[in-house]
Amino acid sequence: MNLRRDVFQAIADPTRRAILLLVSTQSMTAGAIASNFDTARPTVSKHLQILTECELLRQVQNGREIYYHTNAKKMKEVADFIEPFRQMWEERFNKLESIMKNYPNSVTSKQKRKK
Amino acid sequence: MEQKTKILAEDDKQELIITREFDLPLELLFKAYTEKDIVEQWMGTKVIMLENKNQGSYLFETSDAKGNVAFIAKGVIHEFSPERKIIRTFEMGNTPFPVQLEFLDFEAINKQSSKLTMHIIYKSVSYRDQILQLPFAQGINMAHNRLQNIFDKQN
Repeated sequence: MNLRRDVFQAIADPTRRAILLLVSTQSMTAGAIASNFDTARPTVSKHLQILTECELLRQVQNGREIYYHTNAKKMKEVADFIEPFRQMWEERFNKLESIMKNYPNSVTSKQKRKK
Repeated sequence: MEQKTKILAEDDKQELIITREFDLPLELLFKAYTEKDIVEQWMGTKVIMLENKNQGSYLFETSDAKGNVAFIAKGVIHEFSPERKIIRTFEMGNTPFPVQLEFLDFEAINKQSSKLTMHIIYKSVSYRDQILQLPFAQGINMAHNRLQNIFDKQN
């Protein structure tokens, strides 16, 4: 099973991202979370289930209530998803570097074509 | 392999810092940011406007395979100090993301190498995190496709 991809899919949904942002500020019950959204309660429950299954959220029983907490360890993995962003810049900068190593040839050839 | 591009994004901060060292003299690194033709090549975008001056502005457009404009990047250049510094805003057109402030510092390490430090400030922590983590699953694919296109053209 590709856990990374599961987490990726989990955070690909805007409502689930909003839930994570909300719960990261304080632990909350499902009802309290749902009250922040216009979405139907069962839909929010489904989102919570997905987030719990991929371990971004943890359920903690407190008396009769179940509170949702963010799982710091897993959230750290999400933070590591900065990697695609980093790679994007790495690729851009690699390209910049190789173009400029050929400078000014890299410019003149294209400008000639334009003319 | 050592990663040349490093990103510092501390938790709960609305900023991030990108650093990169180049095997290029400072002069050439800076040129890559100022010459339209070069910017177009490495950013993979069309440079509609690029005014390299204090109180200048810029507009980039990226089209999809069919020629439709898929992505717009625009902003104003607040400060332009050749081979030293660019301070600019950056905004993605057609998205709900607010404008961000970018400080680009260029410095020479020695005659053959140079360093770029990009300090980006976002409107809020959550906007930063959203931009970092989320749309780039899509963005990265676009970037890959673009690189592939460039590669295909060259061969």
